Amino acid sequence: MLRDALLQLHRDLKSQKLRTLLTVFGLVWGTVAVTLLLAFGTGLKKQLIKTTAGLGDRICISWPGLTSIPYQGLGKGRRIRITDEDLQSVRPRVDGLKRMSSEYSDGWKMVYNLRTFPVDVSGVSPEFGDMRNLIPVPGGRFLNDLDMRDQRRVVFLGNKVAEDVFGKGTDPVGKTVLFNGSPFLVIGVLTAKQQDSSYNSRDSDLSWIPGTTFRALTGRKYLSNFVYQPASALESKAVTESLRSALSRRLKFDPEDKEAFSVWDVTEQFQFFEVFMLAFTLFLGIVGSLTLVVGGIGVSNIMNVVVDERTKEIGIKMALGAKSGAILRQFLVETLIVTAIGGLAGFAISLGICAVFPASLEEYVGRPEVSPVVAGITVGILGIIGLLAGWFPARSAARLDPVVAMKM
Amino acid sequence: MSSRPEKNPLPTGRAIIEMDGIRKVYDTGKVKVEALKGVDLRIEKGEFVAIVGPSGSGKSTLMNLLGCLDTPSGGDYFIGGEKVAGLTRDALAEVRNRRVGFVFQAFNLLPQISAFENVEMPLVFGGVPPKVRRAKAAELLGKVGLGDRMDHKPTELSGGQMQRVAIARALAMDPDIVLADEPTGNLDTTSGTDIMGVFLDLWKQGSTLVVITHDMVLARRASRIVEIRDGRIVSDRAAEQAA
Repeated sequence: MLRDALLQLHRDLKSQKLRTLLTVFGLVWGTVAVTLLLAFGTGLKKQLIKTTAGLGDRICISWPGLTSIPYQGLGKGRRIRITDEDLQSVRPRVDGLKRMSSEYSDGWKMVYNLRTFPVDVSGVSPEFGDMRNLIPVPGGRFLNDLDMRDQRRVVFLGNKVAEDVFGKGTDPVGKTVLFNGSPFLVIGVLTAKQQDSSYNSRDSDLSWIPGTTFRALTGRKYLSNFVYQPASALESKAVTESLRSALSRRLKFDPEDKEAFSVWDVTEQFQFFEVFMLAFTLFLGIVGSLTLVVGGIGVSNIMNVVVDERTKEIGIKMALGAKSGAILRQFLVETLIVTAIGGLAGFAISLGICAVFPASLEEYVGRPEVSPVVAGITVGILGIIGLLAGWFPARSAARLDPVVAMKM
Repeated sequence: MSSRPEKNPLPTGRAIIEMDGIRKVYDTGKVKVEALKGVDLRIEKGEFVAIVGPSGSGKSTLMNLLGCLDTPSGGDYFIGGEKVAGLTRDALAEVRNRRVGFVFQAFNLLPQISAFENVEMPLVFGGVPPKVRRAKAAELLGKVGLGDRMDHKPTELSGGQMQRVAIARALAMDPDIVLADEPTGNLDTTSGTDIMGVFLDLWKQGSTLVVITHDMVLARRASRIVEIRDGRIVSDRAAEQAA
């Protein structure tokens, strides 16, 4: 059956070389369009998630601000100031809160080898590294609980800072730098990461020391901002509300006052991406599919020509006892084979393009990727198009009157 | 062929072909053409019937109806005791496959495949297993004297050889009846005589043959001559020179 179909296909292709070539080209083009567009969509989505996660892993960042609603006899416009102790005391009362860290920031001068570098320094707790995806280069580590407890003078450097200060190829871990005259041991360097958004500075330009050390050295009491992470992204709104109400009681501001401290919920961005990328992928898929449909119309057209050319043959076969199902199947199989050939060629081309995609563009649009989902969708569309394209010519072949057909 | 098992046993008292008042009307929009105006025809197993008549007499229509390629507008038709009128397209295809072997004036072989594959074709549609059908195709091609030409394409064969392939194909499913429509019409005299010889051999071996022709030389070799004119049978007689 399949062998017969392949032989027949071979003969048809020979008798209609140019037409078949153009038809298959249409299918190849359509397949390339669908797979590549979807592949770029997939790559772009992954890149966006990756760079967004560069800032943090489903976190909320919060800054204390000014009250906007009078409360318990206190006027509006009052500055809300938060200490690390405030955070620690409300923390057990907030359900679904997984991690939290205060952040004290300042611009310091760092001295190494008699050279001075201005550096943005943050005093944070060890949980901060997990939330903000601060991953040390192997051989180093991020701040830990002992650093916090003992107010150790240790520093974790952004990769750009490390490069500026120590130069390329030198491992800064174990070296000592001076901050405002105090010696600090370098315990780790940030692994270079992609980051699309930031506050203060980009992580590559920052340095982190234990929050306790920061406070001891500067005498600062009030934090600059704090970062927290709900147990799941879905809970972020509830956790924020719960935190706001707990803090409002302690710091005496109206729980409805959104300006007492402002929150940047990064998870909202993720949710937006999800919707946006779905719409974007759908759009790309539809554009590609339409191209593929045009190719399918070409296939249907050529199969009509083939049926016309082989009317006599169909008549003879019917006279010899071929049922309409056999005739229908013959043309459907042939159409599906043509479609499969076009589809396979298109797939191969798309995979090739993805393989040679220049790495220099990856930072902007991500790496196009023919995922199993992309492949599945394309195969599905091709299959439907093949069936539809083959169905009508095949049905008209199967409906031929053998007496009339044989006279052709 | 005498050892052939009886595939379609004929009920006692029935003829292979039984037509009662068969009518065929072609409806071409405004004009209705009545091609057959009530044909009664009975053909017994083992007969060699020639159907003759001028062109336009309804010969071809009768041939199409006999071969179940077309359905009558009225009347009853039984082939091998099986009622044919009112069958669906697919059921008719099956009847053709099982009971009728066609030999056409224009040979109607499939040009792209070999003589062997052409003979195999009805067996494929009949669902015969590959081993059996290959043996059968080879046997039949040997029988029509083309055992050494099995792999030739029809275009590589002479007219006479092509018609021999067509005859082998017609016999592939051991049909109740072989229907030949002007089988010598596209052949020169020598080949024509040759093909006639093949038919006579088949008849002697017990096949039931119906040949439609306007070649009286061929018709006279048959056992019975049915003459049709203007959609009616006008004469039905035993041929004088039956071989």
